[in-house]
Amino acid sequence: MSNVAPGASTASPSDHRPVGHGSLAVEVHELVKRYPKAPVDSLAGVSFQVERGEVFGFLGPNGAGKSTTIGILTTRIRSTGGRAVVAGVDVAADPVGARRVLGVVPQQNNLDRSLSVRQNLTYHASYHGVPRASRNQMADALLEQFGLADRPNGRPDDFSGGQIQRMMIARALMHAPSVLFLDEPSTGLDPAARLFLWEKIAELKAAGTTVVITTHDMDEAATLSDRVAIIDHGALLALDTPEQLVRGMQSQRTLDCTVEPGPTGDATSLGLVLGVALGALVGVRAVDQIDDASGVGLRFRIDVEGEAASFVAPVATVVADAGARLTDVRLGEPNLEDVFIHLTGRALR
Amino acid sequence: MTVPSGPVTSSPSAAQPPPVTSSLGPAARWGPWRTGMAILRRDLFVTGREFPIFLAQVILQPLFLLFVFGKVLTELGYAQAGYQDVLFPGLVALAAVLTGLQSTALPLVIEFSYSNEIEDRLLAPLPVGAVAVEKVVFAAIRGFVAALVMFPIGVWILGSIPWQASTGVAVVTMMVLGSLLGAAMGLILGTFVPPNRINVTFALVLTPLIFTGCSQYPWPSLSHLRWFQVVSAFNPMTYVSEGLRGLMVPTVPHIATWACFVVGTAYLVVLMVVGMYGFNRRALS
Repeated sequence: MSNVAPGASTASPSDHRPVGHGSLAVEVHELVKRYPKAPVDSLAGVSFQVERGEVFGFLGPNGAGKSTTIGILTTRIRSTGGRAVVAGVDVAADPVGARRVLGVVPQQNNLDRSLSVRQNLTYHASYHGVPRASRNQMADALLEQFGLADRPNGRPDDFSGGQIQRMMIARALMHAPSVLFLDEPSTGLDPAARLFLWEKIAELKAAGTTVVITTHDMDEAATLSDRVAIIDHGALLALDTPEQLVRGMQSQRTLDCTVEPGPTGDATSLGLVLGVALGALVGVRAVDQIDDASGVGLRFRIDVEGEAASFVAPVATVVADAGARLTDVRLGEPNLEDVFIHLTGRALR
Repeated sequence: MTVPSGPVTSSPSAAQPPPVTSSLGPAARWGPWRTGMAILRRDLFVTGREFPIFLAQVILQPLFLLFVFGKVLTELGYAQAGYQDVLFPGLVALAAVLTGLQSTALPLVIEFSYSNEIEDRLLAPLPVGAVAVEKVVFAAIRGFVAALVMFPIGVWILGSIPWQASTGVAVVTMMVLGSLLGAAMGLILGTFVPPNRINVTFALVLTPLIFTGCSQYPWPSLSHLRWFQVVSAFNPMTYVSEGLRGLMVPTVPHIATWACFVVGTAYLVVLMVVGMYGFNRRALS
């Protein structure tokens, strides 16, 4: 990888160390995946390492390569090139051994509908060879911990999305994996369910479990992760702690503006006009028009030097002169989304 | 480490979930073989819980075939008296093959597309191919049970069934082979057919399979209808029907029993190779 940000851990000559030792939970070296008939690589040589006990976040838009990476690490997708090691086990050379030491919480509900909640946990443990006495004990403890103890005999179909998500995490923990992979865990959850999930992930970290999580939600990445890898178009763009990633942009202050075209205005030409006019203001470093799916007006992110507030009046004047209306201004400390926009020129969602 | 008992709360001291470090030992010693048995146990548990429904599902069709062809047509004089003996072994074969087939094909289509249920088994510590083998073994058990149940039903409806104690072991072996053949065909259907086509595929595959499998007539008697005899020779079920017929009613003309075992086994190998290829293709990308 040539374009990894400073501070990123790249693959070291440690690739041939004896397996099962050392402090690394995940080691990925120059991982490549090209699907049959695909014109480009889904993963184009990604390298990173995850320390034991770390919560490691993969941040990127849909189709960036997050799920492909997780798929390879969890033995469901075969890599085209490179090497992936989980808890000391090479996933390509020993997929069966790798499945013993990893746990997976998928994006979609894959619970066994023919079994009760509790049986989902106990049968999963039996597949992993956990003795009967301890699997019953564990199932009860995990159901309690994940707030599912009141209906252990219910069928998964009768539960909410948040509860299903918790069941899948509890199930994945039944065989005490060294590394737990969560693929987009909070997608589709309501805010309360999301907070509960975050709390549980923090508890897992406190208990020493290594957690690898993918998300396209920058709050989730920033809140949960010790380190964040930003991935887009199959390449790793940056890898560091959320604080360090943001600190790299600390000299910048931003104004996040939403502009509505006037009654006769055309959004496309207005975007071009404002891009030029705002960029011409003294003290403005860069103007990015953000492709925002929510689609109310045009959104601009303006990077400025000095105090951001002093730019509100000049910006409003420029917008008014262009025949448009400034409907929202946010003065921002840079966050992970700014880092992502800075690296890719696009908003995350 | 000490394992906290009782409810685990979110306070830092109690956040240690009990399972995380307490059971690595047994998990590491567990072999893929025992994992496969655990998965089989799950399937048997689920079927066992719904056993009456399972029985109704597999018995109804052969039961009516036996009643209408074996009892009604014979009593009305449209079929000869000995026809029951020709029909019964064929219907045992039909039950074994069809139940085996349906027990792999439909669940696989659903588990690979809609429910994703198979993922938990594909992520269990055993080779991916072993998951397919477990599916086939389980489906064959269902097929065998369905075939076995035909015997008391035969006695009940027909009054007596052709049976010779001397060929009992060979009959049971042929029933097992038939169940495995059906399950292997289902493995191919379940992994190659896209979910939106499963209905039409079932209609296009099952009907010819049922009516070219020589379950209602002996294969040698088709010599007057040469093209149909040739078509029937390609159906794996033909060798199960003929094999059972030869063992249970040796006086009726039939394909040599040894040939039925050889061709049936060869078919099983080919079907399993193709089915395993299809399964691996679906399970890994």
